[in-house]
Amino acid sequence: MTMKDTPAAGAWLERIERLNPKINAFVHFEKENRLRQKSSRPVAIKDNISVAGELTTCASKILKGYKPPYDATVITKLKEKGYALMGKTNMDEFAFGSSCETSFYGPTKNPWDTGRIPGGSSGGSAAAVAAGMVPMALGSDTGGSVRQPAALCGIVGMKPTYGRVSRYGLIAFASSLDQIGTITSEVSLCAELLGAIGGYDELDSTSVDVAMPDYTKFLTKDIKGLRIGIPSEYFPGDGLDSDVRNSLEEAKKIFKGLGASLVEISLPHTKYAVSCYYIIAPAEASSNLARYDGVQYGLREEAGRITDMYFKTRTGGFGEEAKRRILLGTYVLSSGYYQAYYLKAMKVRTKIKNDFSGAFTSCDAILTPTSPTPAFRIGERLDDPLKMYLSDIFTIPANLAGIPGISVPCGFSRDNLPIGLQLLARPFGEETLIRLAYAFEQATEFHKRKPNI
Amino acid sequence: MSAKKIIDKDAVLKVAGLARLSLSDKELSRYSRELESILGYINQLNELDTKKTPPTSHPLSELKNVFREDRVKKSLPAERALRNAPRKKEKFFSVPKIIE
Repeated sequence: MTMKDTPAAGAWLERIERLNPKINAFVHFEKENRLRQKSSRPVAIKDNISVAGELTTCASKILKGYKPPYDATVITKLKEKGYALMGKTNMDEFAFGSSCETSFYGPTKNPWDTGRIPGGSSGGSAAAVAAGMVPMALGSDTGGSVRQPAALCGIVGMKPTYGRVSRYGLIAFASSLDQIGTITSEVSLCAELLGAIGGYDELDSTSVDVAMPDYTKFLTKDIKGLRIGIPSEYFPGDGLDSDVRNSLEEAKKIFKGLGASLVEISLPHTKYAVSCYYIIAPAEASSNLARYDGVQYGLREEAGRITDMYFKTRTGGFGEEAKRRILLGTYVLSSGYYQAYYLKAMKVRTKIKNDFSGAFTSCDAILTPTSPTPAFRIGERLDDPLKMYLSDIFTIPANLAGIPGISVPCGFSRDNLPIGLQLLARPFGEETLIRLAYAFEQATEFHKRKPNI
Repeated sequence: MSAKKIIDKDAVLKVAGLARLSLSDKELSRYSRELESILGYINQLNELDTKKTPPTSHPLSELKNVFREDRVKKSLPAERALRNAPRKKEKFFSVPKIIE
């Protein structure tokens, strides 16, 4: 559907109220605030993006009751352009996860099968869009947190280039990887929403002053002559679900039929991406999370001595996965280990980045699966953190390289679970992704199927 | 798995202390076991020769130092900055006594 024919905000509100008890997509939702908004352009906001005066908690107990005194730049832009903010969506605590199960507010359910995870960390935003509670939402993507849940929920997720969208007001997880992205029911809304939130911002010194095109001009269906790279490393003999593999094979044929050419490429350092990421991301996270000490905001556990207050507040306020990452990050940064881990990972990051710049000399975009499997069952991977971390093997490299990526529906498993394909482009190549994604979407019917809830 | 551990319980306890986290005995056992497995996996990076590779701390080479004029601008009023404080006194955050 396009924005022209979306129902008024009231109809969306009714759907949110009816479905949220089943899906748990929204964690902060005050109907009174919503009804005052007259706009029929509803957007759900991930709970780590600051909205002035409204609860913004990163789905963590340690930010209990926190209401930011200012708007994130993306929120300022949405308000100026007349979008209606529909509430804050569930996520893995501080975006640490691939399943939306580590939230202090309990897991979000996948609308296609409520016994399964919606993906993560932006699982609430993805489930809200998939369930038709909102047509679009904002998420954040540090290692795949927009693209993977979009794939697992059968919708469209875009992680823009690092620097394309201001992160001012996004509560930091890993500052050299974090990027705000869009989660929408269709590619046309992705083009619209990205244009609404993108652009240089002097409040974010990592945002980049590169001219931003009107992305809606690239919704053309014409992709003749575009070269799509197929990296063998993303189609491994084992570890890739057979339904995912078959859907991707079909997708290749569809792109070819639309006039694109397929070229074989190699990204030889792909297998090191998860290791590299699980040094850099926890290291940066442990540093960013040092600020939660019970002094300025959120939870405070009182104690007579200040050090005891820090220990009690942090021990009581952070969940299990947050503690795991803080421990891992503190370890790899600690004296004597910095060179062996953090510095090593930054060097491997260079190799991964160089893989992509090399590949983009012979292709305009890269096609891969978004996730190695469709949605897994709630609880299935909670006892095996390493297995959970490997869920992001295909999405992490784009964050390390800073390049944009999009996930688009490309099929269904034998259990009727959505499957997504991922397209990657060179820095600031979002328009290429939109062209390819739109042409693929319009040539297929997958985006028209809706979950039965 | 080899007998020599990458990270033992003492190391985990030390790191937890640095991060201002208390761990129960059960948590200590669990995190020690999990971190050992994660670090064991991560050690695959040692297969790669990176002697001549420069580190990447920011993903885009377009990023340069950003400078601006040192001008006084409007900032958050103290009253609003303090609104989320669990404890405050006048225009300040209030914490337990630091100096004995």
